[in-house]
Amino acid sequence: MGQGKIVAGCLAPHPPHLVYAENPPQNEPVAEGGWEQLRWGYERLRASLSHLEYDAIVLLSPHWQTYVGTHFLGLPHFEGLSVDPVFPNLFRYTYDMSVDVDLARAIHDEAEAAGLPVKMMENPDFRVDYGTITTGHLFNPDWDKPLVVISSNRSTAYYSVEVMQEIMVELGKVTRKAIEASGKKVVVLASNSLSHRHFTTESDLPEDMSKEHITSHAMHLWDMRIIEYMRSGQAQRILDEMPEFTEQAIAESDGGGLSWLLSTLDVPDYPAILHGYGTIIGTGNAVVEWPCYAHEEGSQ
Amino acid sequence: MSKGEVVASFVVPVHPHTVLAPDQNAGWRRLRDAYDQAAQTIKDLEADLIIVYSTTWPSIIGHQIQADPNPEWVMVDHDFHDLGSIHYSFNIDQEFAHGWNKANHQRGLQSRCVNYKGFPIDVGSVVALTLLNPDNNIPAVIVSSNMYANRSETTVLAKSCLDMIKAQGRRAVAVTAMSLSNRMFTDFIDPSEDKIHSLKDDEWNRKILEFLEEGRLEDVGQLSRTIHQQIRVQKVVAFKPMWWLSAMNGNRNNLTGKVLAYEPIHGAGGAVVSLDPTPSGAGDKEYDEDDVEHYQGERGVLDTSSADSSPEASTGPATPPSATANPLASPSGQGPALWDPTNAEGSVNTEAAPKPVGAYPHARQVGNMLYLSGVGPRQPGTNAIPGGPIHDVEGQPLDYDVKAQTRAVVANIQRIVEEAGARMDQVVDVTTFLIDMKRDFSGYNEVWAETLGRYGPTRTTLAIDALPTPIAVEMKVIVHLGE
Ligand SMILES: [Fe+2]
Repeated sequence: MGQGKIVAGCLAPHPPHLVYAENPPQNEPVAEGGWEQLRWGYERLRASLSHLEYDAIVLLSPHWQTYVGTHFLGLPHFEGLSVDPVFPNLFRYTYDMSVDVDLARAIHDEAEAAGLPVKMMENPDFRVDYGTITTGHLFNPDWDKPLVVISSNRSTAYYSVEVMQEIMVELGKVTRKAIEASGKKVVVLASNSLSHRHFTTESDLPEDMSKEHITSHAMHLWDMRIIEYMRSGQAQRILDEMPEFTEQAIAESDGGGLSWLLSTLDVPDYPAILHGYGTIIGTGNAVVEWPCYAHEEGSQ
Repeated sequence: MSKGEVVASFVVPVHPHTVLAPDQNAGWRRLRDAYDQAAQTIKDLEADLIIVYSTTWPSIIGHQIQADPNPEWVMVDHDFHDLGSIHYSFNIDQEFAHGWNKANHQRGLQSRCVNYKGFPIDVGSVVALTLLNPDNNIPAVIVSSNMYANRSETTVLAKSCLDMIKAQGRRAVAVTAMSLSNRMFTDFIDPSEDKIHSLKDDEWNRKILEFLEEGRLEDVGQLSRTIHQQIRVQKVVAFKPMWWLSAMNGNRNNLTGKVLAYEPIHGAGGAVVSLDPTPSGAGDKEYDEDDVEHYQGERGVLDTSSADSSPEASTGPATPPSATANPLASPSGQGPALWDPTNAEGSVNTEAAPKPVGAYPHARQVGNMLYLSGVGPRQPGTNAIPGGPIHDVEGQPLDYDVKAQTRAVVANIQRIVEEAGARMDQVVDVTTFLIDMKRDFSGYNEVWAETLGRYGPTRTTLAIDALPTPIAVEMKVIVHLGE
């Protein structure tokens, strides 16, 4: 078995609106389109990675919210109906997914050895959260790769962004270590929006794009600042400014996904590719790829 | 039909331990026994509706109300999945849910019903309904906790619920599914080691329970922001349930309270408290916040350019720059469409007055006389009716406040008069139309004396059959502008 590696890392947000707007057969409600800039962003991301061979997707979703430690899906197969509790009018999706339990357990064990509270989720009745399902669909609509799903520990709420980031940087390091030891090729995904202030009203037609815009200028400035750091290979600055960004932009990075992703990618100093940016009920969302495959040691 | 009232209220804990693992810890067992005792009380009271406000169901677009008549699924907790699964099949009062939803709209709230197979009912609601209504004999309704809602929005949510309880003559039980202190241990613990996370959390919890035991629910409501800062992890949803529960009980401090149990659940403060509406000793309040009847807060985020920011109008045709005959949308889902005021010579129109319900101006000047079109209490912009509408969208009568309506009419008159460059003391003649002379004359007359009556115009008051919008009072005004 060769050395395992991370072939790509992505920021892959999960608003159910994107699945709704695309009308896949798995989703029940029907839309007239909408949010094309982001959906085409996902298309570009999929095209960009289509040449890669990989074995599994490792994903951290802020909608599997755990207060007691970090949890991992621990059974090989989950299927069911995912209904978004906030936007049930848009997202009622029949899912059928497989889990790479070996890799999940490997990351779990590394994390435990590093002193993090962790648990495998082995209840077959468990309903997989809609963030995982949405990002899972948008990233890989064929669902033909097994996933490792990591819960979002709510340490930002319990302590602070700083404490959350300490935990997530550690979790990222052990994730990387476990992937390398596994011999597998893996894509890692952080499923979160950037600025995260929602509108509190919805138009009668949710996909009416004449109503879609960022909630405030300040949110826009923060989103562009963070994206610019991504585009210019300054991941460390994102980590440095994470407390201010998360608090001032009410960013969904509070769930730890972005900190974990950057740490898992070993805080990349090469430019990320922005595939798309757009707002969804006022929140800022970017589809971003870190092309690790092009920056492997020894590659030119 | 009974008069419609809240016959009891309960505070109950949210975590699944009381359902799935009551015998793993003596405290969890005591909470479970208290839950069972509460269920028996509800049965004995012959309640015919259980209303759950759940802090573990966050919402973003206003409040959501469960309206699936028989939601069935299996609930597994995100954290405590190893305790097992809860199979549920609830009996939801669909008609009440839809009625409450409409009542919310009438009071200016954003709200919607959800009726989708497989909708994931939150852990707090599942635990509360499983234990409080074990036979499913009593129909229930569940409402979410809005992430962004402030006190006024949450208070109005309760008032519209009361509108429905009264309209349907129900014997309702109000339940808040919530933790007191909500900080759990962040590591796994042995059940035998459970305790309140810190001494400080424990002391605050005991203080809250002392208030509740004295029936001082409104005091807890008014201290909610402080409580939130002191003992609440800043999770998605803040400490709002006491705002709702207090408003459900008339914002009173003289209920009869009883703490049935108080125990830790993985460090968080779990309590079962019963609040009987029977008045007891205490009564005065720590301090008083506004008693708000209508929600007029943050609205129209989607469409800031339109003067009318009601959600209906935001998707209607745009307001043309000049005032032409152009119906927009109906006010708050009720009554006729709204028009932009006409603009013939001498017309006086203002954004500060409610839009007309036909092709006419707010006022028209001829020489030194100003004639106002009939003025009602609708609020400019939102079309909310202070004091409440007189009936719901289906024509069911609602309890409204004629004094609040009359005050709003006078305020609208003043805006139009001032737009014309005139003063209220130049009003010379008023004709008032009341839809219920017997019920409303004295309240209207009282407000008149405090407002227009002070300027001394002549007045004629008529009883009429109906007005075009669900309001109780309208005035026709003539102003002499002087030289
Ligand atoms: Fe999200």
